[in-house]
Amino acid sequence: MKKGHILGLGVIAVAIVIIVSSIGDASSYESFSTAKAMAQEGDDDPIHVVGQLAKDSMGTVTGLEVSDDKTSFTFTMVDNEGTSQQVYYNEPVPADFTRSEQVVVIGSYKSENMFVADKILMKCPSKYQETELKEASL
Amino acid sequence: MINTFIGNLGHLMVILAFVSSLITAYSYYQYTVVPEIEKASWRKFSRIFFYIHAVSAISIGVILFNIIHNFRFEYFYAYSHASKALPVHYMISSFWEGQEGSFILWIFWDVILGLFLIHTNKSWEGPVMVVFSLVQAFLVSMILGVVIGDLKIGSSPFILLRDVANAPIFQMNPDFVPEDGTGLNPLLQNIWMVIHPPTLFLGYASTLVPFAYLMAGLWTGKYKEWIRPALPWTIFSALILGMGIIMGAYWAYVTLNFGGYWNWDPVENASYVPWLIIVASIHTMITFRKSSTALKTSIVLIILQFILVLYATFLVRSGVLGDTSVHSFTDLGLSGQLLIYLFFFMFVAIFLSARAWKNIPTSEKEASVYSREFWIFIGATTLGLMAFQVILPTSIPVYNAIVESFGGISNMAPPADQIEFYTKFQLWFGVVLALLTAVGQFFWWKKMDKKELKNALATPYIISLILAAIIITVAKVWNITFMVIVMAATFTIVANATILSKLLKKSTFKLAGGSLAHIGLGLILIGVMFSSGYSDVISLNMSGLTYKRDWEDELNKENVLLWINQPLQMKDYEVVYRGRNKKLEGVPGYVNVNKLESTDNVNEAIALEDINVNGKTYHKKGDKVNIVLEENSYFEIEYFKDQQHQFTLFPMSQPNPTMGLISSPDSKHFLNKDLYTHISAINSYDDPEWGEDEFYEVTPGEQFHLGDYITTFEGGEVMEEVEGVELEEGDVAVKAKLVIQDHDKQIHLDPIFLIRGNRIGKIPTVNHDLGVKIQVDNISPETNKFVFKANNYQKDYVVMKALVKPYINVLWIGTIIMLIGFGVAIYRRYDEFVKMRDKGLE
Repeated sequence: MKKGHILGLGVIAVAIVIIVSSIGDASSYESFSTAKAMAQEGDDDPIHVVGQLAKDSMGTVTGLEVSDDKTSFTFTMVDNEGTSQQVYYNEPVPADFTRSEQVVVIGSYKSENMFVADKILMKCPSKYQETELKEASL
Repeated sequence: MINTFIGNLGHLMVILAFVSSLITAYSYYQYTVVPEIEKASWRKFSRIFFYIHAVSAISIGVILFNIIHNFRFEYFYAYSHASKALPVHYMISSFWEGQEGSFILWIFWDVILGLFLIHTNKSWEGPVMVVFSLVQAFLVSMILGVVIGDLKIGSSPFILLRDVANAPIFQMNPDFVPEDGTGLNPLLQNIWMVIHPPTLFLGYASTLVPFAYLMAGLWTGKYKEWIRPALPWTIFSALILGMGIIMGAYWAYVTLNFGGYWNWDPVENASYVPWLIIVASIHTMITFRKSSTALKTSIVLIILQFILVLYATFLVRSGVLGDTSVHSFTDLGLSGQLLIYLFFFMFVAIFLSARAWKNIPTSEKEASVYSREFWIFIGATTLGLMAFQVILPTSIPVYNAIVESFGGISNMAPPADQIEFYTKFQLWFGVVLALLTAVGQFFWWKKMDKKELKNALATPYIISLILAAIIITVAKVWNITFMVIVMAATFTIVANATILSKLLKKSTFKLAGGSLAHIGLGLILIGVMFSSGYSDVISLNMSGLTYKRDWEDELNKENVLLWINQPLQMKDYEVVYRGRNKKLEGVPGYVNVNKLESTDNVNEAIALEDINVNGKTYHKKGDKVNIVLEENSYFEIEYFKDQQHQFTLFPMSQPNPTMGLISSPDSKHFLNKDLYTHISAINSYDDPEWGEDEFYEVTPGEQFHLGDYITTFEGGEVMEEVEGVELEEGDVAVKAKLVIQDHDKQIHLDPIFLIRGNRIGKIPTVNHDLGVKIQVDNISPETNKFVFKANNYQKDYVVMKALVKPYINVLWIGTIIMLIGFGVAIYRRYDEFVKMRDKGLE
């Protein structure tokens, strides 16, 4: 075999390792119910859940509880299937949290009733995009 | 009054720039293909049109800046990106905050590069400028703003607010102009954001130059001659894009609060991947220049780097990253157009290369293991694999989008812990690169066989092992992966330093580019490893139980709550929060908010007492002072060690009306580490909800508990004059002197009680730091008792996070050395090109 071929095979091998590991480490977007089922089967890999904060009829966020030392909080999130779930996040409340249109939590179930988020991504109406014109500012 | 002229002028310039770029492309095409005798007139014609294009493209920028700078809020772009409070240098950031502005920046750089190429090339001018003008036409079309039915071509920065907004006010008054704009994203209000985007876009724009030379070469049959003029530009791209990326990382480090400089966010990856490919292409091109191999690889890589820049643009601007990135743009409806742009050049490049492929010279000779070509090729392959490893998972949202466009459902998400995922690969690739550069450099400068290689490498190898052992012991690197990194990095540093010293002895600094860049690589590896791998959160919350006992071990709280004036032990340091400050124009340092009273005007305040810094009085009591960006507060955090004050940090926060709290950290820079502090949450302070009234009846000299504070009532004092009140004959004004002891700090509160005839007036004192409002409710002269009415709110606090980043300076120094290396290499390669051109060979 020529050296070039060995090299080529080596590159292909590394590329396959990369592809396999990317697929293996890729997370997935799930709903709370599937996440719970996964946790009960002992699979505690972090997954992504997309949803909104629970809000009352006035549009105010409900279920947000900040710990006494203000360094962690729990909130209620409703996923796209409509399941409502309490989520714990071990960081101070992100400032634009209650304004978010959509929340992505990355984490897993640590106990029966509590989803623990390792990371929260928020999509805010105004973040990095042309601001929607607000009547109030006119 | 609405000024529609300037916007129409801008739009006209956009159309002119678009049309002129198409004409230039056509005429340069003619110039390239016509017989020699007609060339002169076609060249003149093409140049005139490119100048017209240049002038109109630059005018677009000038006009847009004029709209922002003159606060023409009747324009949507100015309204949504600027505001009156911004200083001029941040207005520059406003310019490229929006997608349209950043496209203008890109167009501008291409124009500058094009002008440069016209005047430095002889035979290459025609075909290169055809590619250039075509790219310009695509870029300008992004801001064309033409809507035909459902088809939208480009998004114009010159549209009026009233044409976009559905606000009812425009039906009543079409000439309405808002008072102020919505302003610049506070995260972008940073000096690095003024210079980072132009640098990055120059890097992006410059990737076009080698691509254009390649296309020109493939088209005109100069299959290998294109390398010489393209090489300095490829290194230029690597330098500028690398600099832009590092500036972005530095901006993230000093402004954003994720506690680092690199987060493997898709947007960051999208700029890193083309950079890797550019660096790989430099190496294969250099190999070709030395030994006529690797030409086909160079062609593939040059095409790839250009297409990857377009792909990066697509990822960032199409909205496809919406769920995965914290900082991508949203869709302006340009994604289709961006895809056409990408596929157009991809197909042209593939077509031209395929046509030329069998004519491209290759070397049949098998590269020996003891040849430099072999080692450089492995290096370039490693860089390619690094790029592949990053772009593959970064594109996950694109796969989902593709699957969904065919009606399928794909719920794949990027790796949950991106930092860990990418780092575990990239660090090992980095180690491989470091080893390759160490060995490769020896091959580069000398013909080698097995024995010679051993001799050449033995000394650097031993020196680097000793050095690595010292670093490992002194810095306590007890992790096997990190030990390997230290060894590989010191090896490349020592080996390249050996080469460098040999080159310098021969006084050929011109040739030192490679070894400098590789030394930089070694330092970067060490710097990244220490600052990230040994990053230490020192603000661990030891205050008590975590939320749930059963997860206690896993959930360390990395933030601490600091009440004002109340010290807290944090690892080696004791920290105290001392209150809020503002920055004043012309006054060094920061000024406590208690010394200022804001007025109704933007960025203006009245000094409540003299403002002294270092013995110099900058403002007298009652002066009007100018605040630098009133929205920004600087939170004073004192650090103590063994009761000794060490230093004070002022992390910044801005409660932004649309984005919530925006924080920027402050760092104490030591030679061997940074101590990084940022604010995660603050007390809302402006309109406190005061608690219920509480009454206290006290005699002078008595101590009492005001809320949590031990308070001494020192007594009343009859006043001759009261600020803000005209005292009349017979008026009595009494000031009650209260002293609160809050830890080591004494705070004086002096509410005033006024008697005029049978009416009384009460002037309360408010202290926001303590969250106390107190007034004298009554005085009973018979019993010599004062009745105070007090309301409590919350004492001021911050929640903060502190990290130690060891040896981060090694990282910054490494990048600077690497960039200098690129600079030296550009000089050398450009010099070669100029010499050949002047001989009439290019």
